[in-house]
Amino acid sequence: MITAGIDCGAKNVRVVVFGEGKMLSKSVTPAGVDTSTAAEKAYDAALESAGVSRDEVEKVLATGAGKSEPAFKAGVITEVRADARGIHFLNPEVRTVIDVGAEEGRAIKIDALGKVVDFAINERCAAGAGAFTEAMARALELPLEEIGPLSLESTEAIALSAQCTVFAETEVVALVHSKTAKPDVARAIHDSIAERITSMARRVGIEGKVALIGGLAKNVGFLKSLEEDLDTEIVLVGEVEYVGALGAALVASDE
Amino acid sequence: MVQDQERAQHEAQQKAQQKAQQKAEYWRWTESRWTNPDLDWKDGQVISAGIDVGSVSTQAVVMVDGALYCFASMRTGSDSPESANHALKWALEGTGLSRDQLHATVGTGYGRVNVAFADKTVTEIACHARGANFIFGSSVRTLLDMGGQDCKVIHCDEQGKVLAFLMNDRCAAGTGRGMEVFADMLGVHINDVGKLSLQVEEDPPPVSSTCVVFAKSEAAGLLRSGWPKEKVLAAYCLAMAHRVVTLLQRIGVEKEFAITGGIAKNAGVVNRIATEICVEPLQTDMDTQIAGALGAALFAKDLYEKQLKA
Repeated sequence: MITAGIDCGAKNVRVVVFGEGKMLSKSVTPAGVDTSTAAEKAYDAALESAGVSRDEVEKVLATGAGKSEPAFKAGVITEVRADARGIHFLNPEVRTVIDVGAEEGRAIKIDALGKVVDFAINERCAAGAGAFTEAMARALELPLEEIGPLSLESTEAIALSAQCTVFAETEVVALVHSKTAKPDVARAIHDSIAERITSMARRVGIEGKVALIGGLAKNVGFLKSLEEDLDTEIVLVGEVEYVGALGAALVASDE
Repeated sequence: MVQDQERAQHEAQQKAQQKAQQKAEYWRWTESRWTNPDLDWKDGQVISAGIDVGSVSTQAVVMVDGALYCFASMRTGSDSPESANHALKWALEGTGLSRDQLHATVGTGYGRVNVAFADKTVTEIACHARGANFIFGSSVRTLLDMGGQDCKVIHCDEQGKVLAFLMNDRCAAGTGRGMEVFADMLGVHINDVGKLSLQVEEDPPPVSSTCVVFAKSEAAGLLRSGWPKEKVLAAYCLAMAHRVVTLLQRIGVEKEFAITGGIAKNAGVVNRIATEICVEPLQTDMDTQIAGALGAALFAKDLYEKQLKA
């Protein structure tokens, strides 16, 4: 049986085609202004690379902020459920999943069967989401993918006093003007968001193995700050950005 | 050869101009200074000054015997001590008065410790209450100060003494900085935001995101779906008003009610706050941004008079 999962995030639409107990293909398209068109495009691309036609797919489930958009979906599932199902498939030992995407942060506690026990979400404040690091990279005038590695070169820990993204932008610019070393500023940025993600994760309680997924899982600077804050080693799975889409495809297959 | 050089120069100029146009600073509000034409400082007994170094703006106020003599209001630079100096220098410009002739100076605001030449510092809460008492009169009981990076609600008595206060300084939603970001994004000058936002027949539903960053993406979506700028601005002013009203309601609104700070100049936000709480704020012709510095100058006057007695 072949199924598919569509994760319609704030920034990107991701598709996973699943069959024969494994991920057959994946694709990503920027969500842009019209999520439904982006979803069509991403779906067709994933099908093509898997070499299957739409008719061969038995069920398609959508998740993510724009999950109601794709016309070809059979149904929707929550992001929390999709993350839990996806991570359980990739690493059944994980009990806590932290998912930090472009505009949302989530912490989910799951049991040995991959069922959701508890969760916490921040979708109201950019300071606890990827949008924060994006804005800070702009303030530092660096590409987003560079601030993570740069942060590892830091020799001195400084703290940002502002929490709000808008205020932190001003603070970062002032730090750069006052000739603070950019690696130290980058570390301060990651320490700052890690602190907020940690306090959210502590609300659900941190148990067992902890996994980090979502776009921020690709940021080594954030990963280090988060490991220090949580005082635990974080498990990284392959395809950190496709866990939601994979989870949706898996739930489609379970059903 | 010369022609080539001239042409190159001309092209460079044009490019610079185009770049300046692209980078128009819509957020940049008008800096100002003012001298009271009816006062001469030479006739005064006590010349006091107040400097309010905020996170976004800095004001310097000079009073002669407790009457407003001159002030300057400008943007805080990256260097707070310098900003304090600049503002006072600008306020004194053309008055013939020099810094040494001030009898007492009080610093206030977020950067008050950076006013090197101040005799004393006083919290901005106390200064705003005192300043509002001066601007609006002794009937003010509830003051809403909407500053650059914070928003405060202050209850005060008939002498402008603080009885209670509540403040948000952690989130840009409901602050001037948030409005600056929005003005910049929509390409509408910050001074025109309020006026434009009132040019809608009926208020649309407010922008649903609280966070300024998310509200920006929401507004971009609204523009793409064909909303005119006025309507988007109305939706944002409404959201901002609502955000501030929740702060007001936590401490309660007792009459008379007044608003100070930069946003007090934005009728789009002020009118919507008034509608939601069903209380009309007191009106004034004075610059509402100088309330903190004004209060500081009044405290400076007290300080000098106390020293004289001692």
